Amino acid sequence: MRDFPLFPDQASTFATQVDQLYFFLVALSLIFAGVLPFVILYLIVRYHRSQKVDRSNPVDSNLKLELTWTLIPLALVMVVFFWGAFLYVQMRTPPARTLDVYVIGKQWMWHVQHPNGKRENNELHVPVGQPVRLIMTSQDVIHSFYVPAFRVKQDVLPGRYTIMWFEATKPGEYHLFCAEYCGTEHSLMIGRVVALPLADYERWLATPGPVVLPDGTIDTGQPVVAPTIGDPMAAAGARLFTSLGCAGCHAMAGGGVGPSLQGLYGSNSVMSDGSTVLADENYIRESILNPTARVVSGYAAVMPSYQGQITEDQLNQLIAYIKSLADTGN
Amino acid sequence: MSTLSLPQTSYIRDNSRTFTDWLKSWLLTVDHKRIAILYLLAINFFFLLGGLAATLVRVELITPQGDLMSSDVYNRAFTLHGVIMVFFFLIPSIPAVLGNFLVPLMIGARDLAFPRLNLLSWYLYMIGGIFALIAAVFGGVDTGWTFYTPFSSTYSNSNVVMTITGAFIMGFSSILTGLNFIVTIHKMRAPGLTWFRLPLFIWANYATSIIQILATPVLGIALLLVVVERLWGVGIYDPALGGDPLLFQHLFWFYSHPAVYIMILPAMGVISELISTFSRKRIFGYEFIAFSSIAIAILGFLVWGHHMFVSSQSVYAGLVFSFITMLVAIPSAIKVFNWTATLYKGSISYRTPMLYALGFIGLFVIGGLTGIFLGVTAVDLHVTDTYFVVAHFHYVMVGGTIMAYLGGIHFWWPKMTGRMYNETWGGIAALIIFVGFNMTFFPQFILGYLGMPRRYHVYPPEFQILHVMSTAGASILAIGFIVPLIYLGISLRKGAIAGDNPWGATGLEWKTSSPPPTFNFDKTPIVTEEAYAYPPEAAERDAAAWRPGSPL
Repeated sequence: MRDFPLFPDQASTFATQVDQLYFFLVALSLIFAGVLPFVILYLIVRYHRSQKVDRSNPVDSNLKLELTWTLIPLALVMVVFFWGAFLYVQMRTPPARTLDVYVIGKQWMWHVQHPNGKRENNELHVPVGQPVRLIMTSQDVIHSFYVPAFRVKQDVLPGRYTIMWFEATKPGEYHLFCAEYCGTEHSLMIGRVVALPLADYERWLATPGPVVLPDGTIDTGQPVVAPTIGDPMAAAGARLFTSLGCAGCHAMAGGGVGPSLQGLYGSNSVMSDGSTVLADENYIRESILNPTARVVSGYAAVMPSYQGQITEDQLNQLIAYIKSLADTGN
Repeated sequence: MSTLSLPQTSYIRDNSRTFTDWLKSWLLTVDHKRIAILYLLAINFFFLLGGLAATLVRVELITPQGDLMSSDVYNRAFTLHGVIMVFFFLIPSIPAVLGNFLVPLMIGARDLAFPRLNLLSWYLYMIGGIFALIAAVFGGVDTGWTFYTPFSSTYSNSNVVMTITGAFIMGFSSILTGLNFIVTIHKMRAPGLTWFRLPLFIWANYATSIIQILATPVLGIALLLVVVERLWGVGIYDPALGGDPLLFQHLFWFYSHPAVYIMILPAMGVISELISTFSRKRIFGYEFIAFSSIAIAILGFLVWGHHMFVSSQSVYAGLVFSFITMLVAIPSAIKVFNWTATLYKGSISYRTPMLYALGFIGLFVIGGLTGIFLGVTAVDLHVTDTYFVVAHFHYVMVGGTIMAYLGGIHFWWPKMTGRMYNETWGGIAALIIFVGFNMTFFPQFILGYLGMPRRYHVYPPEFQILHVMSTAGASILAIGFIVPLIYLGISLRKGAIAGDNPWGATGLEWKTSSPPPTFNFDKTPIVTEEAYAYPPEAAERDAAAWRPGSPL
């Protein structure tokens, strides 16, 4: 009860921009909602039936007046529309180089895995001053990843990836909420986002911790995360790629039953129906779970579906691996 | 039937001798006025029930912990509140009660075009309501009134099918009422009553009826498919079955956004009547108000995606929906400005219906302006699914529809019952509701911008003060809703006899007796003038007649 905030923290690059637009809207509203009631109050007092005032020649229409109060509000809403639209496009377009973090939502917790393999539940550690991109999916119903201090929110859907990005500006701990009603314990599907200065973040990332799995259990069988060896998420994906037998058809050098996946991520592929598809996370996901939906031109639709055979977690690792095949040079 | 045999008594009286006969005369009536009374009773019952659920929610939220009830009970309470208030109170309220009573009277007709269909509408409404009640009594439903998939279709362990069946059946009631109104307004206007002589209440109900007919079937299909998936596992919405969870949201909001206009358009119609009558003046900008209703009805069909800016719909779609949402703001603003301009050089009296009308403008302006906040994509990303949205739609739906509903009930009470209510208590209750409403919902805007998500059973402690303020306001609001029940009830026996036209209003409904006879008019009225045909000197005369002691 001690703290009684009236305005949320501003902790991302979006926060100040959204707030500026918000204050502009508040100011516009005050001009309108602050003045109009006084006009009405003045009119109902001045023209109350007990008042002896001039009521001759009442008017009941005036085209100029109608046009004025049509066009001025129209101009004003167009201003806020375009202002909001530019900011919205920016908020929905991640920059080219981001730190990718994989998020799985489920009733009723958030599971996060960082590219180096480090995992956490109901917490998300991010560095300050670096754009972070969340690749999110749900194991069951629709959830929504919401960090009020960053002014960002994105629904998390089962069966597909949704993307959200932000750049933290201020170290601190912030609320993480599930904003889409998801059942009994919806209000307990909360956590915190910890924004750390880059050095602290890297230290945190390199600290081996318990390997929490998406079902909340601690995996002791797996080797403890060793942050010094490159990219464990991709490494885990590479192991899956072999053990599931993907490599049998998708030969790296090409010439296999399936297309080579080298350099696939982020490229445009031509499909058998002639359309062009950007190979993003959602396309790769679809190609693993429902391979015949969109087949690359020149190949037969012979790949079996892996629906129900791999978990969301393993899918994330496979995608991380396939994405790593596109990282040429760096 | 010859005209000579028409009964001259009021529609309320009949010559049934036994209680059973009397009951039959009401439950099997095809008189639009009696059906309106049936709706009035049923709808107010559901309103009290929805209010009870809201009370549970608000009391639970006094503390940040979940101490009064379990989260399952809380989820069922807010779902019951939403389902009852939206489907069984707000959507039918003004059209089914005031519209049913007034549309034939205002256009000089004997009844609606299809009186039996009208009775069927009421029965469908009741059957739908009974399904919803049974679902609530036997365990309730926990999906929220929005029934989002795949939660509702696969995961929820509650009476989803039963509740959806209730809403589905009620939808037919809504469609049939809309159909009845459209045919009636087209075909049964009194001689001389051209379109531009119609009261604005008729225009508003006409626009509403179009939405009811075109949008409600989509909701019916969307809900039916939830049931199909839930019962038989046909993959429509659940991706685990090969479905698309967003499909439901598109279908649902294609109805449920226009449904907001089903609630607010008739309310705007009522307000136009009240402002004109209690200013003793013709309404300002009649054509602009009439066409803005139609514009809202049309544009309202094209903005459903603004509920889905964070749902993963494409950025491009988000921008288009945002743009059209901005356009809807304009006809709403036009109405507000025209009402304000009507006051100029009027002779204004502060009778209870007028107080509700002024309250409506105040609340609707706040509700409408915050709607622009939500329509602006970048701001919506932050405030959608928070208390900001909760506050916004309560300002529009409660602040708008309920203020107009109560204003309309008071205004036409003398016509419906033949008696006057207590004006002092009327004014006091209107004031209590206005203050209580703002105390309840204004703090929720601040809560929402702080980031408090909606539908949270437990919440971080720093939000508590604002929640306590909101609950305190809700208690005042509850008192404000109970007071009218008492004095309106008393007026049925003790109220002063109203006379045909206690407000000195124009409009055909005031030209017949109070309460009107079964067939409304002794002979078909012939209309020779426009609506609100107050002579230019009406306001001057009214003010000149005012003496200390006359009603304010």
